[in-house]
Amino acid sequence: MDLENQKRVKALAEQYGPENIIVILGAAEGEAAGLAAETVTAGDPTYAGPLAGVQLGLKVYHVCEPEVKDEVDSAVYDEQISMMEMVLDVDDIIKEMSTIRDEYCKY
Amino acid sequence: MYSVLKGASYILAHTPDMVIHNGTTQTTQRTIDPESEYLKNLDKSLRTYEECKAYLPNQTYIGNMTPQELAGYEQPWFLQKSEHTEREGKFGEIMPEDEFIGLIAICDVFDLVKLEVNFANTVRSKLESHSLINPALLKALEKGVALPEVKQLIEDTRVEPLYFNGNIVGCIKAAHDIDQSLSAHVIFENLVSKASCVLSLLHLIGKTEVNAEEIDYVIECSEEACGDMNQRGGGNFAKAASEMAGLVNATGSDVRGFCAGPAHALLHAAALVKSGTFKHVIVAAGGSTAKLGMNGKDHVNKNMPILEDCVAGFAVLISANDGVSPEINSDIVGRHTVGTGSSPQNVISSLTAIPLEKVGLKLSDIDKYSVEMQNPDITKPAGAGNVPEANYKMIGALAAMRKEIEKSQLADFVSEHGLVGWAPTQGHIPSGVPYLGFARQELMDKKLNRVMVIGKGSLFLGRMTNLFDGVSFILQQNSGAGEEKSVSETSVRKLIADSLKDFAKHLQGDEG
Repeated sequence: MDLENQKRVKALAEQYGPENIIVILGAAEGEAAGLAAETVTAGDPTYAGPLAGVQLGLKVYHVCEPEVKDEVDSAVYDEQISMMEMVLDVDDIIKEMSTIRDEYCKY
Repeated sequence: MYSVLKGASYILAHTPDMVIHNGTTQTTQRTIDPESEYLKNLDKSLRTYEECKAYLPNQTYIGNMTPQELAGYEQPWFLQKSEHTEREGKFGEIMPEDEFIGLIAICDVFDLVKLEVNFANTVRSKLESHSLINPALLKALEKGVALPEVKQLIEDTRVEPLYFNGNIVGCIKAAHDIDQSLSAHVIFENLVSKASCVLSLLHLIGKTEVNAEEIDYVIECSEEACGDMNQRGGGNFAKAASEMAGLVNATGSDVRGFCAGPAHALLHAAALVKSGTFKHVIVAAGGSTAKLGMNGKDHVNKNMPILEDCVAGFAVLISANDGVSPEINSDIVGRHTVGTGSSPQNVISSLTAIPLEKVGLKLSDIDKYSVEMQNPDITKPAGAGNVPEANYKMIGALAAMRKEIEKSQLADFVSEHGLVGWAPTQGHIPSGVPYLGFARQELMDKKLNRVMVIGKGSLFLGRMTNLFDGVSFILQQNSGAGEEKSVSETSVRKLIADSLKDFAKHLQGDEG
């Protein structure tokens, strides 16, 4: 995850409390989504950014996961996301995200 | 009449030492943890010049293989053997690092580059046999200094050392003691960009029938900024590079738009030519040292060679309609506007379906789309996926949503209207432009009717806006109407004089 984004996630978690934060990802691949999810839960796996060694354990979902999709107005979702849903390997993304959440999510 | 795509050139400079010392992934790592295993073992993952030349996507970039031929090889391509290992290609060349350092010194007009004398002499003798380097330019390599002097400069002042095969062969000095915009680091990046732009210009002029003196205007569209602290990014790379390339009758300017820069610049060029303001306009850009080894950590973790080991460049000539070359149809232009929004489907619609719909065309009426042509060998191991394929899937998915194709035909759409990616991940370099050379040939051979070129840019990286950006345009077969002939005042006078003479004769005849 971009170092600046790591800084922003860390600052927001400190400001509002990690239990009140949900991170929504839009990565195009399962692996990339998994890496970003790992960063905001277990810490930056590349040990390069502000979240290196910081285990925030935040709730984190990909925008194509049903938990997010069900919360969004279907017309808006259709207009904003449906094309990408057709293109992405959603099953792979769900698998990666669930694995990370099961292992590292604290909330 | 529409302007035409008259030619395109593409160059690479193999720069493994710059990967180690100047790529931001490596310089950042050096700041955080200079003793890291990654930095210690980095040199073991770098390719030789011969390996770099024999890499299939590089041979495609310089035109010795077509994208279709490249697609015939199984991925990953770094494991495949190439039949082509040439330095020279149909569109350009792959220059070795020592000669490229020589070219950087040639491009320095402020005595900021100091080369060690033996290195300078060796490089000068190599560049003497380069068909495109004017012997007059080689004088810059006659001012070599002794190695202790170079080392003294490195010890005493803030300079950027220049390395070749791991040894110090020179340095680049700061152009000002305090001004950060003229620091050795910035001057280094800018001279690399300028030198790779110059090499692209030389190849373009060398490979088209238009002479250097005929070029009216140059638009440079890289992602670097030159200027001092009072006008950071003031420019002008275009004119600086044109001077080196001998474009004596040209002026120019720089256009910026992150990765979309080249597509924006091509629209500018097409408009300048179509309006009749200029007859020959070049769009060109050099490459970036910052992006060398950008995904190096992922490549090394996966036991791959570091594939981002080349600085790239390109140049494209847009000219008045010659009746033969492909036309830039400036009536079909896609734009991501401020109001477009940032969802992928809005972005891709604004660049493809919306401009096509205005003229009654469907997405499938475009034979080939030239999108972000990043080499998947580089991006896939870094978790960024296959970028061109993802773009084609999005265009196909849009076609399915618009009921132009069935959802089950998505894969066919991708293979029929798409291409594999072969361009180095140097930001603006892969964005739409790498296919122009091949597209020109295929449109002239009547193998294709229409090609859409799409440039997209991540403006949010500059922290001035959260907006995305992009523009697109269409290349089409030449209608064959021929070159526009302008009528000069002299020829009008002659026509009137001839008519008056005929009339006078006619009167005389009447009298007789």
